[in-house]
Amino acid sequence: MAIGLHESDFKNPVVRWIDQRLPVFTMMQKEYGTFPTPRNFNYFWNFGALAMVNLMIMIATGVFLAMHYAPHTAHAFDSVERIMRDVNYGWLIRYVHMNGASMFFIVVFIHIWRGMYYGSYKAPRELLWMLGVVIFLLMMATAFMGYVLPWGQMSFWGATVITNLFSAFPLVGEWIVSLLWGGFSVDNPTLNRFFSLHYLLPFLIVGVVFLHVVALHITGSNNPLGIEPKGPQDTLPFHPYYTAKDSFGLVIYFIVFAGFVFFAPNYLGHPDNYIPANPLVTPAHIVPEWYFLPFYAILRAVPNKLGGVLLMFGSVAILFVLPWLDSSPVRSMRFRPMARIAFLLWTVCFFVLMYCGAKPPEEPYVIISRIATAYYFAYFLVILPLLARLERPLPLPESIARAVLGGGPLPAGAAAKPMEKA
Amino acid sequence: MADSGEATAGGTPRRDFLNLVTTAFAAVGVGAVAWPFIASMQPSRDVLALASTEVDLGPIAEGQAVTVMWRGKPVFVRHRTAAEIAAARAVPPSQLPDPQPDQARVQRDQWLVVLGVCTHLGCVPLGQKPTDARGDYGGWFCPCHGSHYDTSGRIRKGPAPRNLVIPQYAFISDTKIRIG
Repeated sequence: MAIGLHESDFKNPVVRWIDQRLPVFTMMQKEYGTFPTPRNFNYFWNFGALAMVNLMIMIATGVFLAMHYAPHTAHAFDSVERIMRDVNYGWLIRYVHMNGASMFFIVVFIHIWRGMYYGSYKAPRELLWMLGVVIFLLMMATAFMGYVLPWGQMSFWGATVITNLFSAFPLVGEWIVSLLWGGFSVDNPTLNRFFSLHYLLPFLIVGVVFLHVVALHITGSNNPLGIEPKGPQDTLPFHPYYTAKDSFGLVIYFIVFAGFVFFAPNYLGHPDNYIPANPLVTPAHIVPEWYFLPFYAILRAVPNKLGGVLLMFGSVAILFVLPWLDSSPVRSMRFRPMARIAFLLWTVCFFVLMYCGAKPPEEPYVIISRIATAYYFAYFLVILPLLARLERPLPLPESIARAVLGGGPLPAGAAAKPMEKA
Repeated sequence: MADSGEATAGGTPRRDFLNLVTTAFAAVGVGAVAWPFIASMQPSRDVLALASTEVDLGPIAEGQAVTVMWRGKPVFVRHRTAAEIAAARAVPPSQLPDPQPDQARVQRDQWLVVLGVCTHLGCVPLGQKPTDARGDYGGWFCPCHGSHYDTSGRIRKGPAPRNLVIPQYAFISDTKIRIG
């Protein structure tokens, strides 16, 4: 073999020629073919792959929508209606994009929940987790700016309220707000820059997702037991075992997605956004999209402007330091009887906040939001650090294979190989 | 997983069959999903709704020509003189690069309606204004690469391969046509 060429195992001459010069086939085989993956994944481990597919769907539909959309206050609303009525399959592409945003948050919320329940954020996966939080923040920024683009009443007033959040910061607040607006209010310059950034951020997300996946393939996946694989008897090759499992999950995901798109495309939206933006009239009851409701409830729970804004941003930012707040060496909540209850309660609080965020800011929702907010933060700042010292975890299994295959001696063939034809 | 690769009674391994069915299913699915995206780039309903143009022929005097916009392109409407008609019919079609008799290119002898787009590379030929160069055959002359068209809009000399295109049109009255 010529000097400088990669040593390729591929037999097909064309594949081999490419692989010797650019070993992408070797890489795919290593990272997605034979990649050793814990053998005990449950269906919660589908959601990373689902999020990846969802991101691709959003970019594809978004690129095609941008071919027909006009980012100008005088044309934006009408251009969206034109997409719905006149562009071939425009209704389909827009509804997929619109509901795709909701699907993305459903998938990512479950993905994050999985990480929190099974302790995927703990060493050595702290950076992997933090990159995930960065992706989540970018997603929220992208979703918010995307919601402004149709230039309906909710777009306009959502943009007004959210950009005004920044005015809470002392000294620089007003400066930041006018920087976001490019004027004295949310207007055409705002719409233009939001469109530009809404197109840019997804590609930044792709970049961070790449780093997220690279980091994952260094440490390997966590698993429902939260113990590291100790050898080949504890793992399976990614293909075909998890390509098949992910494909099955993907089909279920597509069924739910299609259910929204074809049978309830506006169920998760707000009818007021089909009224063109009017800077002179605020709708009586403005709410953000459902995926922002828990954070919105935290904002409203605090009777102080700056305090509310800080707590709202803090509710996501706190995830960055979660690996250090929870210093218990046991990852999976399966073996942490107290933390498990505390976390499930936190999950309930998340949904309570989501419910309260959609309600008008009056009693009893305010007091409920305050209690839920208090618990939301107490879980991270008080309960987890304390439990790491006080809790007595259940005994961990000796190995993944031992836990999965039962207590007896391990069968000789337990080290699974890629399936071969009989 | 010793049993999963076993051959079925027919002799074909079950996994080959499953692989084939899965791949075929995925391919059909990808195609079905790709189609709406591709179709969305074709002209939309509102574009198609504006795809015809009416032209009032009344004000166009004999020997005069007007240019109208149709589907984003110029259409030449020329009120031909008797001499121009005679010139167009004098030449036997067999001698032309793109043989076509003048009678096949008009609905009423004095009215010639052609797409004002050179069939070479899409420039707009000169010849609509009386002061324009009309080329060697009294029709149109494309300055981009030197194609000469005659009074029937047929290519006579130069690199263009075909005659100027006749758009679909109809006389809706004696003095009015609808193009498209």
